[in-house]
Amino acid sequence: MMARILKMSWRHSLVLTLFCVVSVVLIWRAFDLQVLNNTFYKNKGASTHIRMASLPAHRGMIVDRHGEPLAISTPVDSVWVNPEKFSNEVEVVSVISDILDLDAQSLLQRIAARQNKKFVYIKRRINPDLASKLDQLAIPGLYLQREYQRFYPTGEVSAHLLGFTNIDDRGQEGVEFGYDDWLKGQSGRLRVLQNRRGQVVSNVERLSERQAGKSLSLSIDKRLQYLAYKELKAAVKHHNARSGSFIIIDVKTGEILAMVNQPAFNPNSRNKTMDGRYRNRAFTDVFEPGSTLKPIAIAAAVEQGYVTESTIINTSPGQFYVGRHLIKDMKNYGQINVENIIKKSSNVGVSKVALSMDKEILWQTLVDFGFGSLTGAEFPGEALGTVNDFYRWRRIDQATVSYGYGLSASLAQLARAYAAIANQGRIVPLSMLKATSEVESHQVISASTSRSVLNMMEQVVSAEGTAPLARIAGYRVAGKTGTVKKMDAGGYSSDHYLSLFAGIVPVNDPRLVGVVVVDDPRAGDYYGGIVAAPIFSKVMSVALRTMNIYPDDLLAVKSAKNTSEMNALMNTSSLGTL
Amino acid sequence: MLNKQYDVAKMNAQHESGRIFSSRRFHIDAPLFYALVLLSLVGLAILYSSSGQDMDSIVKQLVRLAAAFFAMLLIAQIPPHLIRYWAPLSFAIGLILLIFVLFFGETGKGAQRWLDLGFFRFQPSELMKLAVPLMIAWYLADRTLPPQFKHVIISTLMILIPTVLIAKQPDLGTALLICASGIFVLLFAGLSWRIICSVVVLAVPLAWAVWRFAMHEYQRNRVLTFLNPENDPLGSGYHIIQSKIAIGSGGIYGKGWLNGTQSHLEFLPESSTDFIFAVFSEEFGLIGTLFLLSLYLYIVYRGIYIATQAQHTFDRLLAGSLILTFFFYVFVNIGMVIGILPVVGLPLPLISYGGTSMVTLMLGFGILMSIQTHRKLLSK
Repeated sequence: MMARILKMSWRHSLVLTLFCVVSVVLIWRAFDLQVLNNTFYKNKGASTHIRMASLPAHRGMIVDRHGEPLAISTPVDSVWVNPEKFSNEVEVVSVISDILDLDAQSLLQRIAARQNKKFVYIKRRINPDLASKLDQLAIPGLYLQREYQRFYPTGEVSAHLLGFTNIDDRGQEGVEFGYDDWLKGQSGRLRVLQNRRGQVVSNVERLSERQAGKSLSLSIDKRLQYLAYKELKAAVKHHNARSGSFIIIDVKTGEILAMVNQPAFNPNSRNKTMDGRYRNRAFTDVFEPGSTLKPIAIAAAVEQGYVTESTIINTSPGQFYVGRHLIKDMKNYGQINVENIIKKSSNVGVSKVALSMDKEILWQTLVDFGFGSLTGAEFPGEALGTVNDFYRWRRIDQATVSYGYGLSASLAQLARAYAAIANQGRIVPLSMLKATSEVESHQVISASTSRSVLNMMEQVVSAEGTAPLARIAGYRVAGKTGTVKKMDAGGYSSDHYLSLFAGIVPVNDPRLVGVVVVDDPRAGDYYGGIVAAPIFSKVMSVALRTMNIYPDDLLAVKSAKNTSEMNALMNTSSLGTL
Repeated sequence: MLNKQYDVAKMNAQHESGRIFSSRRFHIDAPLFYALVLLSLVGLAILYSSSGQDMDSIVKQLVRLAAAFFAMLLIAQIPPHLIRYWAPLSFAIGLILLIFVLFFGETGKGAQRWLDLGFFRFQPSELMKLAVPLMIAWYLADRTLPPQFKHVIISTLMILIPTVLIAKQPDLGTALLICASGIFVLLFAGLSWRIICSVVVLAVPLAWAVWRFAMHEYQRNRVLTFLNPENDPLGSGYHIIQSKIAIGSGGIYGKGWLNGTQSHLEFLPESSTDFIFAVFSEEFGLIGTLFLLSLYLYIVYRGIYIATQAQHTFDRLLAGSLILTFFFYVFVNIGMVIGILPVVGLPLPLISYGGTSMVTLMLGFGILMSIQTHRKLLSK
């Protein structure tokens, strides 16, 4: 008996010890987790359920120089479902597909195929009206997400310049891309509690307010943009051309007033793949400028005193050899002065002038006029073009560069160089933004040289010049044509051309430069004076009046026989169609 | 000595034969009863939080609790000698049903545990939770104590057969529990040092054999995961990591009732059933944990007290085993949730949401109450 009691008590104490040990272990562990490692587990927990969410910010508006909207952001809603919570049944899906104009069957399949996912877009960017309809239905597992969609009121017209944003509202091309940081604004940051499925359960605190993007005033004049677009499109179609570009710049400020390209795209619905159409060719594509470069070469010669406008150059017999290379004119112009070299666009004449010069001076002038360097417009993907170093020039290179072969430039660079001639020899950087302060400029040729070259270029549009079609009633026009043989696999092509015209108006007090290129017109005509010059004339005549630039061709004004003719001359009614 | 005791029991049986319930008084052990009620209330409160304030679950749990308490009080009215009388039969029935379930059982959650009797579904393993300690206590109470080697072997067989059958279902948690409850009886009956030592020595190669041949892949994974939960944070280690985060982030004072983030944000799996302790600890902190543990320890203390006060060997062995099993239950569940034991699917007694095991557990407490309240004061 005694022994048993002892034994039992021994066992009891063993059991009791066991209890104590086990309890102490549990309590120690709880203490370890909840006190010693409390912070660690707190952070670990927070890292799984506390998330930063962002509130999308309104993207800044892009407006033209007069405040007309070119790109605006409108609130839209995207619809998505969480297949885990969404009952993918015909009745439910057909209601949704009716509202969203989708095919119920394919929607069913789409959700069914993603049954193990937690997020499936049904349709992105729907009209807020439709969204509120869906919202009222309160379908479980169906959610709306506020986003901003970019809308471009001018559509195709400004497509290349503005570029576009992607589905996440980030700039992808053009101004949208180049000024993305300025436009995009700052999304608000929010600390939220989310559950295991990633659904936001509640907002904890607002860390930063969202800040709407700033709006951007471009140098563009929407009216000129429309005009240029309309005329270029018609011409490209009419001449069955591959592509075309047009740029108008303000010579005093370097502001780009209009910039259009063909073919264009609709930035509001980029559903087809047409990557080739997104390029803003005026900036990104380079070509040999051909005869449009002649005024620059002549300007260099006049500036350095090699020639004056009346210096006689013998171009007989309309061709000559530089080494083994033959330089040819259209016909034999005989003994002509420098003015007529420009007027008739004599390759022989300008080559002889160029060959008489120090090649470094010619090269330096080209560089000063901005060839081979950025225009300052900071357009994304702007091409530099190439001007080979003068010490590598052979004599034939020195000759051909004077009429625009052996170097390449973008349309924007060419326009900038012409603006320098127009702006009394002062070159300004180009700008896509509305000028707010005095523009930095520097002299590349003297004012008198520029005046002299301008006068020569005015002859181009005379009846005997290469581009009488560039004339604008009531205004004096100076310009230069270019008909450039395109390079192809075997050298210069004999039936593919670039038709160019670069012009300055009004000559008396130059304000605008317009440069147009039509690539590969295949409808018969291909001379710059025939294909490109009329586009220039049509666009610039309206542009001048739109901008209230007073006519400077006083002779024409005086000779207007009666009031109706005078009215026709001063007519601005064509603006009504814009 | 022993025979005399046996005679007393016989006499009592004769005295009260023909009447199951003693009409003299209502048999209830008040301290145990109040502690259990308090525990149930705590359980309901935390279930309200973990279920996402779902009154439906609360009502269901309340109905189960009522049924379980009723069953407990019912059993408490039955004198221990009658319970003892039914022990071999209940063990035999349980064993037959277990074999039956192996062939005709309903499958639920990948395990064959249920027996469909047409009008209700039944887990024979639940019956065995009581039948095994009853049987071993019945068997050993009539032998000399400490038991002879032969009796130990027979007892061990009676423990191992249902254990293996249940482990085969597979239900590792219950198998472990039933094995433990049988061994506890043996322990109380007085196992000699030699046997305890040799079992410990044998346990190592046996554990290896079980690991190698008897365990299912998912069971092995649970053990591996327990050893290093960070190994598989998205898979099987997920439970433990999440429950440790929930408990650890609770701190000393907790996040407050209904304010636990880990459970309410659905990170913590099984937050109303096996892992409900994590929800409790997250919301009530270390203070709450200590309170809950104290409550459990008080119940265990009361159980041990009842065991020591028991007048018959059978009663003492049974009471000791039942209360130790209860403690084992609590320890395994909390140990699992807190990350010091592998994930074994055992609920937290009276707190976890769910029915069957609660009824069995309360029947056990009913037996304890019966043992305590049917003592003959005269024989002291």
